[in-house]
Amino acid sequence: MVEPNITDESFDTAIMDETMAKELLPPGGAARPKSWRIYWRRLKKRPAALVGTIIFCIFLFLAVFGPWVAPYDYQAQNAKARLATPSVSHPFGADQFGRDILSRIIVGTRNIFLLGGFGTLIAVIIGTAIGLASGYIGGTGDEVVMRLLDVLLSFPSLLLAMVLLASVGPSNLNIVLVVAVLYIPMVARVVRSMVLDLKNKEFVEAARVRGEKRSYILFREILPNSLPPLLVEASMRFSYSIFLVASLGYLGLGVQPPSPDWGLQINEARNFFTLAPWVLLFPACTIAVLVVSTSLMSDGLRQVMLPGGGRN
Amino acid sequence: MEATIPMQAPPGGAAKAPRPVFEIEGLHIDYTTELGVLHAVRDVSLMVNEHESFGLVGESGSGKSTLAMGSIRYLASNGKVTDGSVRLNGVELLGLPAKELRELWGSRIGVVYQSPLSALNPSIVIGKQLAEVARQHLGMDRSAASTRVIEMLTKVAMPDPEAVMKRYPHQLSGGMLQRCVIAMALMTDPSLLIMDEPTTALDVTTQAVVLDLVADLKREFDSAILYITHDLGVITKICDRVGVMYAGQFMEQAALYELFKRPLHPYTLDLLGCVPHFDPTPQKRSLVTIPGAIPRVDQLPPGCIFAPRCKFVEEACTTARPPLVEVAGAHLSACRRWEVVPPPAEYLRDATEAVRAAQTEAARPGVLVEGDDVQVHFKAPKGVIRAVDGMDLEVRIGETLGVVGESGSGKTTVARAIIGLTPSTGGTITLRGKRLPRSTGRRPRATLKEIQMVFQNPDASLNPTRSVGDAIMRPLSLLGGLDRQRAKERAKELLLAVSLPVSYFERLPHELSGGEKQRVAIARAFAAEPELILCDEPISSLDVSVQGSLMNLLMRLQVEKQTSYVFISHDLSAVQHLSDAIAVVYLGHVMEIGDATRVLTPPFHPYTEALLSAIPLADPDIKQKPIRLGGSVPSAMFVPSGCRFHPRCPRCLGEVCVEQEPPWREGEGDHRIYCHIPLEELARLQAETLVLADQGEGA
Repeated sequence: MVEPNITDESFDTAIMDETMAKELLPPGGAARPKSWRIYWRRLKKRPAALVGTIIFCIFLFLAVFGPWVAPYDYQAQNAKARLATPSVSHPFGADQFGRDILSRIIVGTRNIFLLGGFGTLIAVIIGTAIGLASGYIGGTGDEVVMRLLDVLLSFPSLLLAMVLLASVGPSNLNIVLVVAVLYIPMVARVVRSMVLDLKNKEFVEAARVRGEKRSYILFREILPNSLPPLLVEASMRFSYSIFLVASLGYLGLGVQPPSPDWGLQINEARNFFTLAPWVLLFPACTIAVLVVSTSLMSDGLRQVMLPGGGRN
Repeated sequence: MEATIPMQAPPGGAAKAPRPVFEIEGLHIDYTTELGVLHAVRDVSLMVNEHESFGLVGESGSGKSTLAMGSIRYLASNGKVTDGSVRLNGVELLGLPAKELRELWGSRIGVVYQSPLSALNPSIVIGKQLAEVARQHLGMDRSAASTRVIEMLTKVAMPDPEAVMKRYPHQLSGGMLQRCVIAMALMTDPSLLIMDEPTTALDVTTQAVVLDLVADLKREFDSAILYITHDLGVITKICDRVGVMYAGQFMEQAALYELFKRPLHPYTLDLLGCVPHFDPTPQKRSLVTIPGAIPRVDQLPPGCIFAPRCKFVEEACTTARPPLVEVAGAHLSACRRWEVVPPPAEYLRDATEAVRAAQTEAARPGVLVEGDDVQVHFKAPKGVIRAVDGMDLEVRIGETLGVVGESGSGKTTVARAIIGLTPSTGGTITLRGKRLPRSTGRRPRATLKEIQMVFQNPDASLNPTRSVGDAIMRPLSLLGGLDRQRAKERAKELLLAVSLPVSYFERLPHELSGGEKQRVAIARAFAAEPELILCDEPISSLDVSVQGSLMNLLMRLQVEKQTSYVFISHDLSAVQHLSDAIAVVYLGHVMEIGDATRVLTPPFHPYTEALLSAIPLADPDIKQKPIRLGGSVPSAMFVPSGCRFHPRCPRCLGEVCVEQEPPWREGEGDHRIYCHIPLEELARLQAETLVLADQGEGA
């Protein structure tokens, strides 16, 4: 409140980096670079997002090629190497059965990507469908659907996941479905808010004026414009789902032994923590690194694709 | 009250030497962006004396805001003043330490922004925000500050200042808020007042009041005013000296009257020609266009920066950049060939052409669309909003009906009712005598095809994810039944028809400028081969030169295709330029309708009269009688009794107007006025409303 005449806020809205560049460099004339080029240029300027994306890509690589990259068979037991300290031959050490921890982590990547990934994917598909329909049709139907989703949202997600899994029994398919059920409401809300924003835009009205069908308007006019925020939301959901799947594994509601599940590894390592902390530490750190890098990437995506700040 | 705007102040009438307050010399400002360093402002000099206002005009991207803000060193973090000198009362600002500069900003410099709502904190009452300034910078205590606030609010002609002080910003209208912001800026009696498009967001009638106020304050306060605007009409109302900016530098600088009467730079000449001339005759002339677009500041041509678009260019212009030099007394021009620049009247005659001859009364074409007692009422929690409340309109084949009125007059809503986007709730709308279903959903495609729309916001009217070609092809295949190949050919023809290169076919909307987007939107509307196109403020958000070329385009296409338009705008000069018939609407009702010529010559409805005297015309020779409307358009939820205009009407007769609905008074032809005052009486009262100088000229 020092400079009421020239507040920083009003100044920033008047002349900001992006707006300024746009003012000074009016489009038209020469074709401007394609949007993905712009995204890439912006991404390069954000080191945190770039690092996050690179780490994520490394994990993605491991998820696909893990079994071939891993130095040992993930379930090969070696009695001599029980609880071996990290060394050249076992960089992350070995567990109570002498299994190489690095290999178990590498091979376990695929599992967590598949469970979290498919869960997120289903959530995105169903959530988008609900959000589109509910937002465009509006009225009482919209109200009812949204309140139902609110009910789902009101439970703590881990608790809800445990209850659901305990009742249907742990299996890979069930984990995927539980992840999907948990994240549908969030995706639906994001899509719905986009639809509400877009459905009264002039280009949608122009489509109504030329007599387009509702499905055309939804899938050709509105959906393509909702993709950037949807992508950001999906990547955020994915980073949460990794954590969720790992938590479920730790609680014994996830993949059953001897699968190389990260959460399961932590659970099994609890008893040896004082003897051989690395058995617990490395899987835990891996989870942390993957979750952090994924959210760095999704934050980066948001800044790159929705500059000026998409709400939530 | 009688605001004699001192634009007629003769040059050299030097009774006392004016004191320079704000001086800029050789200023350079750079921005560091993704694309490297941009020289946004280059070698700019200007001087403002006390009691004087300097108008900075230019199109978007010309660097006028950067210049104004950069000169007081208020730049975004990536901006930097690289060279030059700026003096305020003789004190050099550029070397000043940050602390002293901040002190200066608050106390000696006032700034008024375009949007008053975002300049004020919405959660603090007006009085407190204003008092804060007085306490902070004048060191006043609470009671002295509040006395000062009342004094300032009185000075800006605020009715009932004490009540206003207790209000929150959202409780005041735009004009009132802008007055508060001006009062706040003047609180410390600053030496320099920077006004950045302060009236652009306001309605014409409010704008006129604020402009009068600024003109008054200019004489009362010792401030120098730096006034930024893109509107040449506004400039004529309050500026003494004008600088025309183009791509970061001055093209011309002169006293107001000289700049308008005898511009000595081709760019200024073209700009003046882009603005519709106020001319209430039925003949339609094109406007001057400036080919090409303003160059990017990192891709300036080697010679004169205007050379690629200049009509007086010769070889030598493209090799060396001409400096801004004094070519006549205090008249600066950056043109080598300033001597060959013709007088505006002569240039206008040669550079424009008659698009369409005047239509004779007998040959008026038949009616295409007729609205009879159209109503659009919305249910709101606290009552009924009567957005359109019994409008009668007709659009003739191949003609343009201009609909003009302030915001809140229902002009957009009635257009949306015609096209069916907002279903009407009463009355009938017919197309060639056939009644139209109320909503788009109920209209068959064949009917939908006949009416298309060009929207106001070019950024939202094209789908950002689809190419230009796609956007134009869709109506061709959907409504025109063309196959893909033929639709593609036709779309390319349409691109050419709206003067865009075929290479734009694959482009996405973000690769187009605002004007280009609007051209695509026009092509898309024409693709359906409709009989009627509704243009809802299609040019309002664009630069003057782009506005001019779009108006030319609309006119040319109309003549070629015999399409009818409904042209909606708050800008009466654009409406008069394009329209054959004009409807003046207020609060959901037509006040006056008829042939454009008749609507624009007396007798007028008192509301039309007020609009005419409020529009800033870009011609300092036209004398407008200062008729100012108080207040703002009332809410459509509480429509006043009797004549709905009576609370603001300067010619209100009293009881009759309050109690009885006025009759339609029939004038010549189809001219009708909705007023209690007889036409003869109106004509007698209004003879002086608008006096066009040199009326016989060119005839």
